[in-house]
Amino acid sequence: MTSSAELPQAPAHGACASCAVYNAANLKKLGIKPGNYDYVVAVAGNPNTGKSTVFNALTGLRQHVGNWPGKTVSRAEGGFRYHDHGYKLVDLPGTYSLLSTSNDEDIARDFLLFGQPDVTVVVADATRLERNLNLVLQVLEITERVVVALNLMDEAERHGIDIDVRHLARELGVPVVPMAARKGDGIPALLEAIEQVAQDGATAKRHRVAQRHPRIERAVRDLARQLERAFPGLPNTRWIALRLLEGDPGTERAVRDGTLSDLSRAWSARKTAPTNLAGTLE
Amino acid sequence: MTSAEILDHAARLRADLPSDFQDSVIESIYTDAARITSTSISHDTERARLTVDRVLDKVLTHPVGGFAAMGLLFFAVFWFTITGAAVPSGLLYTLLVDNGHAWLRDAFVAFGSPAWLTGLLIDGTYLGMAWVVAVMLPPMAIFFPIFTLLEDFGYLPRVAFNLDRLFARAGAHGKQSLSMMMGYGCNAAGVVATRIIDSPRERLIAILTNNFSICNGRWPTLILMGTIFIGAQAPPALASLVAAASVVTVALIGVLTALIVSWGLSKTVLRGETSVYSLELPPYRPPQLWRTLYTSIIDRTLVVLRRAVVMAAPAGAVIWLISNIDLGGTSIAAHMTNGLDPLGWVLGLNGVILLAYIVAIPANEIIIPTILMLTMTLGPNLFDAQNGVMLELGQTQTHAVLTQAGGWTLLTAINLMLFSLLHNPCSTTILTIRNETNSLKWTTVAALMPLALAFAVTAATATAARLAGGG
Repeated sequence: MTSSAELPQAPAHGACASCAVYNAANLKKLGIKPGNYDYVVAVAGNPNTGKSTVFNALTGLRQHVGNWPGKTVSRAEGGFRYHDHGYKLVDLPGTYSLLSTSNDEDIARDFLLFGQPDVTVVVADATRLERNLNLVLQVLEITERVVVALNLMDEAERHGIDIDVRHLARELGVPVVPMAARKGDGIPALLEAIEQVAQDGATAKRHRVAQRHPRIERAVRDLARQLERAFPGLPNTRWIALRLLEGDPGTERAVRDGTLSDLSRAWSARKTAPTNLAGTLE
Repeated sequence: MTSAEILDHAARLRADLPSDFQDSVIESIYTDAARITSTSISHDTERARLTVDRVLDKVLTHPVGGFAAMGLLFFAVFWFTITGAAVPSGLLYTLLVDNGHAWLRDAFVAFGSPAWLTGLLIDGTYLGMAWVVAVMLPPMAIFFPIFTLLEDFGYLPRVAFNLDRLFARAGAHGKQSLSMMMGYGCNAAGVVATRIIDSPRERLIAILTNNFSICNGRWPTLILMGTIFIGAQAPPALASLVAAASVVTVALIGVLTALIVSWGLSKTVLRGETSVYSLELPPYRPPQLWRTLYTSIIDRTLVVLRRAVVMAAPAGAVIWLISNIDLGGTSIAAHMTNGLDPLGWVLGLNGVILLAYIVAIPANEIIIPTILMLTMTLGPNLFDAQNGVMLELGQTQTHAVLTQAGGWTLLTAINLMLFSLLHNPCSTTILTIRNETNSLKWTTVAALMPLALAFAVTAATATAARLAGGG
């Protein structure tokens, strides 16, 4: 046990983690039994970014997720309690994008669109920032309740890569938490960011991708406007417009069978009452 | 607007979109990601290891230079394999075949074993296995570690990247180049690897064309033919270079065939859209030399060798039996060879080769020993071979047997290489295709389409050569 007197100058990891004053002490790992939860947190990210390490650090599970690109079809779930709130964590398959036709991407995309997680943690590899941002930007098109866990900061440092985290956070309009999850660095800050987004929602204006082709941009705007009118409250009308322009059968079905209407009602309700009732209803 | 109106509206807007719509959407995202990255990141110039990667990638994934580098690299790998395997192969021949076979045979005879049992076990089964070990172990023990080192270094994804454009143009999935890479080890593994392709149409194309990746079982045939027939045409100093070049050429013909067949399939029975996907090029890493050597020898070389030996044993026995059981004064093998000869002539091959391919359906590894043994049994006896004995020969003797007893020409050797590249997959691969596709129809197509192609191509080259006055 570290005495509280040492705390101020101590860096935020290692020995301090068990101290009562320290935030992470409020973390109770619940393994695969989330019990009653107040919030649903999705964990997305490129393959091999340490997604599972983050997932394991939060839940206390030892999930081994294979490196083989393709067959992680099931999604892992776990839970933790933090500051008296229950969180259910859903580990999504690692994907590079949410645009193509792969099974993994369908699972991740559908969960983000229809599962309405309260927070989506996108684990990004700091040594491959650009590629990882491609996914972050796509997730931001679907939801604004995002925390970017900028993992492998220790590796990035070793490669001589210096990332201006505050600038990045400003650009993206969502919290960015620098981490080295293997060593446990940054877990407390991540918990804080998750809590903040879960309770307060998005506080800044998220980055939106504008279509570079003017004809596409016009079509997206046009269709998104119609969607906003038909389904008020949806945070991702531009994304849905893109999918419809593409002729994606799943999205067309969601328009036709009332799924989007349900989502629109749920999002509208959430705007007035920030706490998700899903957990207590179950 | 109602739901139906929104969908109609979307359909109207869609008609007006540019044709590169999906690419443009992806490009918009990438442009933003690149801009944010460049403003958020700064490199420490002293430790700019990534620039080495970038320079390497500039060369290795260059639209033209990438292919040149690829050809050169594979050429070097085969040349190294061919020249490096010659000496240890010779030693193994002497040990296992010359001495081991004689010693075992003497021991059996000394214990009073009947002639048929000695023949079946020693001359058939043992010699078949010994041949496979002697011929296959040295090249595999050289080829696999080099290949694995390249993989570990991060080169193979670059090959996939280079080929991606070609596959996309052929209407196939770019990831097909990855499953093809697996096929260069073993087609059954390559077929399983097509699971990474999600679209069923593109996956089926990848399964049907995986056969054109030359597997372990076929490399020895190609390397031997390239060495004793094609390399032998060149002056001795250049022989191994020419031999390596011929093997690379056949491998390239394989890639070309895979592309053409993919294109043909996607334009006819398997029509559809090409999926967009992203392929990550991992950073180059200094390969872990010793670990790679260890794992590639244990995991790949020995596993493949075990399979070859297991398959060679019963095949050796079958060969001994059909050569020694007579029907009306002639052995079964002779009957079958005579029956297959006309077809063999049309294909620029001969009945012995075709019979060898029938016997070797379970494993391509034993084609060459089977051909040699049948040729010597059925033809004029040059080296005092007993019926059904897979006699071991050096390279010069092999050449002598095939040209003098078998009547082989350069055309026969070239067509055997082409036939080996194109013909139907082995039984293990066919079973794997059955499991993966769950369709008898596509399994049949996967087995017969390459065979038909092999017939067509070899018949064409044979006819062309005969018209040109060769052959």
